[in-house]
Amino acid sequence: MTRKFAMLLTFLAGATMVVSYFIRPTQSWGEDVAEWFNVLAAIAFVLGAANLAKVHLERLSSRSAGWGYSVIVLLAFGATMLVGLLKVGVHPQELAPTVAFSGEKDASGSAFWWAYSYAMSPITSTMFALLAFFVASAAFRAFRAKNTEAALLLVTAFVVLLGRTFAGVVLTGWMPESLSFLRLENLATTILEVFASAGNRAILIGIAIGVAATSLKIMLGIDRSYLGGGS
Amino acid sequence: MSFLERLDRIDRRWIFLSMGLAVAVPIIVIGITGKTFPEVATPTTRGAFDAIQSLPAGSRILLSFDFDPASAGELQPMATAFVRHAAARDLDIYCMTLWAPAPPLLDETIRKVIVAGHPDLVYGKDYVNLGFQAGNESVLKVICTDFRQSFSKDYRGTPVDQIPMMAPIKSASDFDCIVTMSAGYPGCKEWVQYIATPALGSDDEILLVSGVTGVQAPQMVPYWPRQMRGMLGAIKGAAEYESLVNEFIKGSNPAADIGPQFMEAQRRMAPQLFGHLLMVGLIILGNCIHFGRRRALAGGAP
Repeated sequence: MTRKFAMLLTFLAGATMVVSYFIRPTQSWGEDVAEWFNVLAAIAFVLGAANLAKVHLERLSSRSAGWGYSVIVLLAFGATMLVGLLKVGVHPQELAPTVAFSGEKDASGSAFWWAYSYAMSPITSTMFALLAFFVASAAFRAFRAKNTEAALLLVTAFVVLLGRTFAGVVLTGWMPESLSFLRLENLATTILEVFASAGNRAILIGIAIGVAATSLKIMLGIDRSYLGGGS
Repeated sequence: MSFLERLDRIDRRWIFLSMGLAVAVPIIVIGITGKTFPEVATPTTRGAFDAIQSLPAGSRILLSFDFDPASAGELQPMATAFVRHAAARDLDIYCMTLWAPAPPLLDETIRKVIVAGHPDLVYGKDYVNLGFQAGNESVLKVICTDFRQSFSKDYRGTPVDQIPMMAPIKSASDFDCIVTMSAGYPGCKEWVQYIATPALGSDDEILLVSGVTGVQAPQMVPYWPRQMRGMLGAIKGAAEYESLVNEFIKGSNPAADIGPQFMEAQRRMAPQLFGHLLMVGLIILGNCIHFGRRRALAGGAP
């Protein structure tokens, strides 16, 4: 019964969105559905947090591989939530200096702001920056012109890598105006705007058709994987 | 073991060290000398700059900070340049984000650019921070027709009805220009799909400009220049745009001091140059090893 209700709800929400897109007088119906989605999205944050805690508590209690990392996740999660909810280190707002808790949780100088600025921000930036090292290593070991396609990809990579920096200007800036289209920076732009754009358009159209087909399958109850339970 | 084999099996920590040096040395040199490479704007960047230049003073510009600290290396210089440009052009600045980790970045940008650089601008009258709204693309679907339904309060909790500059805002089409700085989902693509595209060809056509990461740029190019009037692609696009904004500010006020905090993207182009040169060198070396070994194997074969 619950599953049938969920499927009916999915169909109604999906159908309303489709109808409201094509029939102007029903546009407000679509907005209402979108607003319900916003409410659900806000609730999903709470569910997501609860799920995160559950998964890591289970891993901790079963002492499965890597349980030590779960301890760090839970400690960081709990501490961040606590300082955010209690607004530790937050001063009242200028507009309401006598009202406790009137300041913003992530106001400059607060504990939440400190955790964001000095823990989350550098950690995530470092993770992203590490890519440069691994990409360099992978390029050395794996980027080989073993066939025509790989050779084409390699030449394209050279043009883009050099054309997106000052190296392009230094290496090909001497070319006369009549041959300026051969300058590396212009070739890089052409690759992006013509070849990559054409390929991406094809991919986008394919994705759009796939999304439409999948959406129909979900709305009509053919694809029920979103309900869980493996059926 | 031959020389080529030894080179092929080189400890990858040497590659890591080379990359570290290729990036660190230019950072240090630029920190000391303050010199940067000149930038020539590509058409996509020029389109973004011209779109904002074309707005008359007092126009309403919505800036959406759709990124997190992980991609701030590429997108923060864009955000700083967009806000500076808008403030220098006397536009009414509305800031928001669809990303939960973004509000501190947004707040920091406002403090660094507007509060410190334009103390004459008044909060609520010249600029407003609407903060984060959960819901991804459904937020965009709602603001298409009813902005207040998604943003009923600003970042400080003040009801938008009490904010003077929010009075004329009923829907997304009330903005003269929308800028999204996007690191992924939800971001540029959703702004194109739900905000720019439905209004195409109508009287309420929306001027959309974007700044995206290097990974996203090829995926977004198909939407330029119809749905998006301009696009900054990666740190290169940020450097080009920053250079244009600095030129514009210098042109309108020759005494203006362009501090290093407003040349972040241009300063990052030198580490990028040497990082890219190292990559090219490593790829060439890797291929030399590959073909050298293949030749050696073919020569030794009966």
